[in-house]
Amino acid sequence: MTTTDTLADVATSASALRRFLHGLPGVDQVGAEERAARLAARSVKATAKAFALDLAVSMVDLTTLEGQDTPGKVRALCAKAARPDPSDPAAPRVAAVCVYPDLVATAKRALAGSGVRVASVATAFPSGRAARAVKIADVEYAVAAGADEVDMVIDRGAFLAGDYLALYDEIGAVKEACGGAHLKVILETGELVTYDNVRRASWLAMLAGADFIKTSTGKVQPAATLPVTLVMLEAVRDFRAAVGRQVGVKAAGGIRAAKDALRYLVVVNETAGPAWLTPALYRFGASSLLNDLLMQRQKLATGHYAGHDYVTED
Amino acid sequence: MPTDNGSERVEVRKAYKLYIGGAFPRSESGRSYPVSDARGRFLANAALASRKDARDAVAAAYKAWPGWSARTGYNRDQILYRIAEMLEGRRDQFAAEVAAAEGLSRARAAAQVSAAIDRWVWYAGWADKLAQVLGAGNQVSGPFFNFSVPEPAGVVAAVAPRSSSLLGLVSVVAPVIVAGNACVVLAAEDRPLPAVSLAEVLATSDLPGGVVNILTGAVAEVAPWLASHFDVHGLDLAGVEDPALAADLERAAAGNLKRVLLPEREPDWTADPGLTRMRAFLEIKTVWHPVGI
Repeated sequence: MTTTDTLADVATSASALRRFLHGLPGVDQVGAEERAARLAARSVKATAKAFALDLAVSMVDLTTLEGQDTPGKVRALCAKAARPDPSDPAAPRVAAVCVYPDLVATAKRALAGSGVRVASVATAFPSGRAARAVKIADVEYAVAAGADEVDMVIDRGAFLAGDYLALYDEIGAVKEACGGAHLKVILETGELVTYDNVRRASWLAMLAGADFIKTSTGKVQPAATLPVTLVMLEAVRDFRAAVGRQVGVKAAGGIRAAKDALRYLVVVNETAGPAWLTPALYRFGASSLLNDLLMQRQKLATGHYAGHDYVTED
Repeated sequence: MPTDNGSERVEVRKAYKLYIGGAFPRSESGRSYPVSDARGRFLANAALASRKDARDAVAAAYKAWPGWSARTGYNRDQILYRIAEMLEGRRDQFAAEVAAAEGLSRARAAAQVSAAIDRWVWYAGWADKLAQVLGAGNQVSGPFFNFSVPEPAGVVAAVAPRSSSLLGLVSVVAPVIVAGNACVVLAAEDRPLPAVSLAEVLATSDLPGGVVNILTGAVAEVAPWLASHFDVHGLDLAGVEDPALAADLERAAAGNLKRVLLPEREPDWTADPGLTRMRAFLEIKTVWHPVGI
């Protein structure tokens, strides 16, 4: 669809960027929804299910983003992230813990040596409505506190107004402020209205340097849906074909059941391919999902249905 | 009977479905089984519940339990009494179903229905009195108040007795929920129709969805999943007639230390029930409280 030659100069001017994004093929809405629904009906059983559950646990970004978060709550969450199921040492640890910037230092201390990464939301999460300098300062604060990954929100207002170049520059500036930290760009697809916009925002974020594109903040309904994730996975697949760089995808918000998580993994495998079935390139942003995954693991291991009394409450 | 335009009227027949979380789903397995009356004549097809229906029912009960147990006994009392009012309004339907299921005369079936409604009212009255009768203010040698109060165990799975398809069912369900537990009940395998009609009564009586969930199907297939489920806190085996199965279920229930109610022989459902069935699914919590100055 695109060649590296044309991609080199898509962002040289506002009109070139607009021409490129609006030149992307349109998303067949009915087709995407049908495809997602069909993949969701796939049956994952027995050993495949056991593999998928462990994989899903290892992909979880265990998240707490509430105004009432306390250091104690974050420490408890970190303990759970490092050892999700104390009754089973074979249970994998999660990929990362995701908190607000002021709690990054707490999480970093609690997770030292565990191999679990610390992600921080930034850039005036969740609305993204702040001055550029404030957003950059927010990112720099999180990175200085030790965040391994930064989840930025895009300025949806600028995107919907068609001010693509401003957004491109902003993502680039945030990427620079991240330094060595991984940058996840939250598109907030629930506010982008159409799948075409999701595809354009995905490409815009990837062109500007995103390491991950992420569906939602979790504060807006609808959050992650299967068709939206499918469209984003197509974008990262096509981006790799065009540029050669592999960008990750994170589905966040509203995924609470293990069964749903398995459906997402099927879509990942069938859309982007097995190369994306790793925590380095696919994540679930969730909190209650982890407990359901653990209960399903316990059901597979013991043969009887597991109980809520045997997993920790967040 | 001919209709206005001369054609035969087509009877509207009822689909006997499950009752889970306040809704009436078919079995997720899509299965059903024929139910016959006491003389072997076909009555209806009932849903044949699977282990996944049992799982869904437990999930619904687990969700409903905190809200239900947090209500005052007085409020639970009112809701249970409301159920009795609804039962009263459906006497004829229940009498016909009990008569068909158990092969009783209409008069004896009607007497069974009356006894079931009276039993329900009797249990309803206990909702705000259990704490006074089973709890206590204890004497202690120190500056403390010391109370013992009964608390509901949680989700109780019950197998309803076959011998008494309505009175027995009511005698199993009412004592569980009156104390603030949530209930998953497996109706008598070959006499499930009164249970489905009871579900219709529960659905229209202010009882929050999920407090009572009713499954119809094979006891030997579904009961083991309920007995071993770690979100189930109590097990009433009143309707399990096979001693080997009962022993297996009791063993499975030991996994998370469920309270198991297994009478030595089937109770006489018409006799005064006493507190046994309510006490079986209550825990006694004792609290020490300093005496203020």
